[in-house]
Amino acid sequence: MAVSVDEAMSTGPVRDHTPPARRFGGRGRSVLEIALLTVLAVVMLFPVLWMIETSIKENRDVYAIPAKFFDFTVTLDHFKDVFVASSGRSALSASFLNSVVVAGVSTVLATVLGVPAAWAYSRFAVKAKKDQLFFILSTRFMPPVVVVIPIFLMYRQVGLIDTKLGLILIYTAFNVPFTIWMMKGFVDEVPAEYEDAAMLDGYTRLQAFWRFTLPLLLPGIAATAVFALIFSWNEFVFAIFLTSSDDVRTAPPAIAGLIGGTTVDWGLVAAASVVFALPVLVFAYLVRKHLVAGVTLGAVRR
Amino acid sequence: MAGIEVTALHKRYPDGTVAVEHVDLSIGDGELFVMLGPSGCGKTTTLRAIAGLERQTTGDIRIGDTLVNDLPPAERDIAMVFQFYALYPHLRTRDNLAFPLRAEGLPKAEVRERVDEAARLMRLGPLLDRRPRRLSGGEQQRVALARALVRRPRAFLMDEPLTNLDAELRADMRTEIKHLQGELGTTMVYVTHDQVEAMSLGHRIAILNKGRVEQIGTPLEVYDRPASLFCAAFIGSPPMNLIEVEVADGKLRSQGGLALTPPPGLPRDRCLVAGVRPEALEVTEPGAERSVPARVVSAEWLGDEIIYVVDHGGQRDVRVRMPPTVRFAADAPVGLRHTGGTPAVYDVSTEELVA
Repeated sequence: MAVSVDEAMSTGPVRDHTPPARRFGGRGRSVLEIALLTVLAVVMLFPVLWMIETSIKENRDVYAIPAKFFDFTVTLDHFKDVFVASSGRSALSASFLNSVVVAGVSTVLATVLGVPAAWAYSRFAVKAKKDQLFFILSTRFMPPVVVVIPIFLMYRQVGLIDTKLGLILIYTAFNVPFTIWMMKGFVDEVPAEYEDAAMLDGYTRLQAFWRFTLPLLLPGIAATAVFALIFSWNEFVFAIFLTSSDDVRTAPPAIAGLIGGTTVDWGLVAAASVVFALPVLVFAYLVRKHLVAGVTLGAVRR
Repeated sequence: MAGIEVTALHKRYPDGTVAVEHVDLSIGDGELFVMLGPSGCGKTTTLRAIAGLERQTTGDIRIGDTLVNDLPPAERDIAMVFQFYALYPHLRTRDNLAFPLRAEGLPKAEVRERVDEAARLMRLGPLLDRRPRRLSGGEQQRVALARALVRRPRAFLMDEPLTNLDAELRADMRTEIKHLQGELGTTMVYVTHDQVEAMSLGHRIAILNKGRVEQIGTPLEVYDRPASLFCAAFIGSPPMNLIEVEVADGKLRSQGGLALTPPPGLPRDRCLVAGVRPEALEVTEPGAERSVPARVVSAEWLGDEIIYVVDHGGQRDVRVRMPPTVRFAADAPVGLRHTGGTPAVYDVSTEELVA
């Protein structure tokens, strides 16, 4: 269903016409703005460009002094090395697969648990609702790294150290509060009357939620899930503390592990980083419209 | 079609808020019954309890002969129209109308027939293929009404259906709803906070306050003899003047000397307040016959009438409705005369009508 929340909510055919954008001062000012923005863009984008460049340079060009910006031979060997090792599949490719599993499953779990919870908090009179919601939010107050050691000890007791399940559980635990809070905002925006009307029309409350509210929530769910996915995909601290073997380890600690030997294969590090960054970029690009809706939701009152 | 009986309804939320203290209603078959009250008085909660969208804490609800306390909304055979129209945004008007019928599993031909009939009744012909967001507020509300009546329910429940419309459209829709209800003869429970809507629509009106019924009566009864000081202050624009009076030589006398005919059976030794409608008073030249001295504080020129606000003998802000031809300047000394019949009299301590 391709209705965004905003479209679905507007009650009349008449749309507000936003006033024309405010003009900034004279020409000098716009030149200054462009200059500043250019500097900012270069500073922000240079590391990314350098990473991409390094990933396609031959090793001698990578270490060349002075550095070569344009005049180098393009090669895809590093990318091959990311996936293929002499003995078959590389350890890195296994870690990418682990990342996909861990991030994917924890995101799905957080969504499946968080969305109905958000719906319930939004729709029903729950005892001490505000306190419960505050408690849920409070689990995100501290930096996650604070609990690494307790979690490590607990995981050792129950045998979750160095397992994918362990990572999935901890990522889900971090994403559920976030999902509940973000989704509650979206559910609040969908009038409860849809469900009331559907219930009077012969549906049960759950059917009403499933058939009417849920489709209207899809943009919000997409936005929330992308944020959860990005968190799980990028997470480094828990991954490096709680996992050690190659067949469990996710990509971030695996890539970090490439650095630190006597020599560092920067070409391989760069190529692995590019491969690692791509999926999230693509995913975020696909749902960018919903992401913006998700971030700005609630900023404008109707 | 069926009447609705609400007995000793009480609703308390888990967080301790009491939305409905105690409500008894007996709504007749085919009646257009209005629940009127300020926000937070429990009228919407009562309506939602009748619909089955809220479960009452205690009390019984009967629709027709059926006790519906434990029935889900779908099995109560009622239709509801919401303030926010709650049309399914992804469905065209036609499908919005057909939706409840398809949910019931009616054969296609009958669904089409009933949708067409409802569309004709509400004049929705050109709108049938549009989605809700391509409809104006008034059109959406007409569709919502059509969706309610397409099911031929035993009763309609209306939750402030006109509040989101602009004034002119609201008046049109009011007429339309009244006409429709008369034609179909279906029981309708209508919730509003707008007294004009209540007075113009209702066969009977229930005035609710703080989760209790203050008064039930026809619009005229409610207007002429409000059952409590709350009703007196709520109904009428401007509302009733509440004038402190005491009984002296067979008359009700205000501090300023205004004399009113006392109703029979007045209790003695109590602080009394007389409710006098603005149109039961008259501003006259000072010293006119049977008038008491007063002073004009301000005048509201409404075109078809003038509302004078006058002070008289310690009683401030007495409102008097006069035809636009009678003009007095602000601050002018005038006379104030009672022209109406026997006023409603209230006990100050119980706030209820005593005679």
